[in-house]
Amino acid sequence: MRITIEEDKCCGAGQCVLLAPEVFDQRDEDGVVVLLDAEPPAEQHAAAREAAAVCPASAIEVQA
Amino acid sequence: MVGASAAGVAAAEGLRRGGYDGPLTLVGGEPHLPYDRPPLSKQLLSGVWERERLRLRAPETYSDLGIELRLGVRATELDMAARRVRLADGTELTYSSLVLATGARARVLPGAQGLTGVYTLRTVEDALALRTALAARPHLVIVGGGFVGAEAAAVARGLGCEVTLVTDQQVPLADAVGAEVGTMLAEVHRERGVRIVTGSPVEEVIAEDGRAVGVRLADGRVLRAQAVLVGIGARPDTDWLTGSGLSLHHGIVCDSLLRAGDAVWAAGDVASWPDPVTGERLRIEHRTNASEQGMAVARNILAGPSATAFQTVPYVWSDQYDLKIQIYGGTRGADAVHIVEGSLKQRAFTAVYVRDGYVAAALGVGMIRQLRALRRLVTTRTPWDRARTSLPVTA
Repeated sequence: MRITIEEDKCCGAGQCVLLAPEVFDQRDEDGVVVLLDAEPPAEQHAAAREAAAVCPASAIEVQA
Repeated sequence: MVGASAAGVAAAEGLRRGGYDGPLTLVGGEPHLPYDRPPLSKQLLSGVWERERLRLRAPETYSDLGIELRLGVRATELDMAARRVRLADGTELTYSSLVLATGARARVLPGAQGLTGVYTLRTVEDALALRTALAARPHLVIVGGGFVGAEAAAVARGLGCEVTLVTDQQVPLADAVGAEVGTMLAEVHRERGVRIVTGSPVEEVIAEDGRAVGVRLADGRVLRAQAVLVGIGARPDTDWLTGSGLSLHHGIVCDSLLRAGDAVWAAGDVASWPDPVTGERLRIEHRTNASEQGMAVARNILAGPSATAFQTVPYVWSDQYDLKIQIYGGTRGADAVHIVEGSLKQRAFTAVYVRDGYVAAALGVGMIRQLRALRRLVTTRTPWDRARTSLPVTA
């Protein structure tokens, strides 16, 4: 799995951090997503996909 | 899926993710690939983004996932007994499961339809039309004190327009954030040069030669304008379902699973469902909810008899000038608002909204991480008396 993010699309909702805290974080100052692990291990895949699906700004892309 | 916006797309993707490998059709009344609406009153209106940036998914995603798109054609009739949907072009689609995700339409003012110079903000065409108008720096009158009006006011001031915002509320945004935070935000708008007229319902748009020239308030006052933005909310797009046998009352009436009828489900702005905890009927017109409900419906369709009640902590955000306002939970009906960290004066704070003794919502401006920590109090419906002992409450 490979994850990419579009920082300038991010609206700082933090839904991704709630779903997959080992993969995503947020910058303190503006809440913009920080990608902690662009190629997470298998046990994180379901959570990462869920995070991409629920992101209200469609800022996360997950490639198989 | 009838409705090709956030909820419909989330349902389609959710079905594929859940292993469904049968045919999937996404029907959309607008001719565009599914796009995102929150930026309409923000980045698209200001011109920072062009419309391609609004696409919810890359164009090839739909074919990659085997999702057939039927765009630019509205659904006109549902026959639940035959499990069939008729479309405006006369074609019919049969289904084994149907997801209704038609969203909502902008409310309009009486007499304003067909006038030049009157705008709403619901579709990409709406936003681009208003953007074109704002380029001429008109005096813009915004009717409505909700998020759409407030965000558009911020953008229009940034573009150098004269802006008057008129609302029937005593404090703009009070419905969404309460009077305290609403007062603070109104101050911000005034400092930035927005004229705010409160407690004033708008009676009608005044026109000359088919062109809007102002609005008349209920007390008879007239506000002259060269452009009028009507931001007075939206109504669920359910007219086509009248007579279908579905229960329609402020949206499509669903059970706690988001099921509206036999093999029929609803998601997003159109769906009304009972909160599994309080039993209260909810209908949420927010972007995050649309995705969450689309995904939940997909899971429930695939789950069969083990489908589960939809539960959510609603999330909404608004961008106004350099402020980002974020809310978890429902602020409506709160009996008290407590500032937890920071202050309204600093315009950086977190606050909790208490209803019937429980933390019902948490709101933050410029304090992302602190706000996220408060979300748990909302999720667990923590009694305020217990929550306050562990918080650095300043007011």
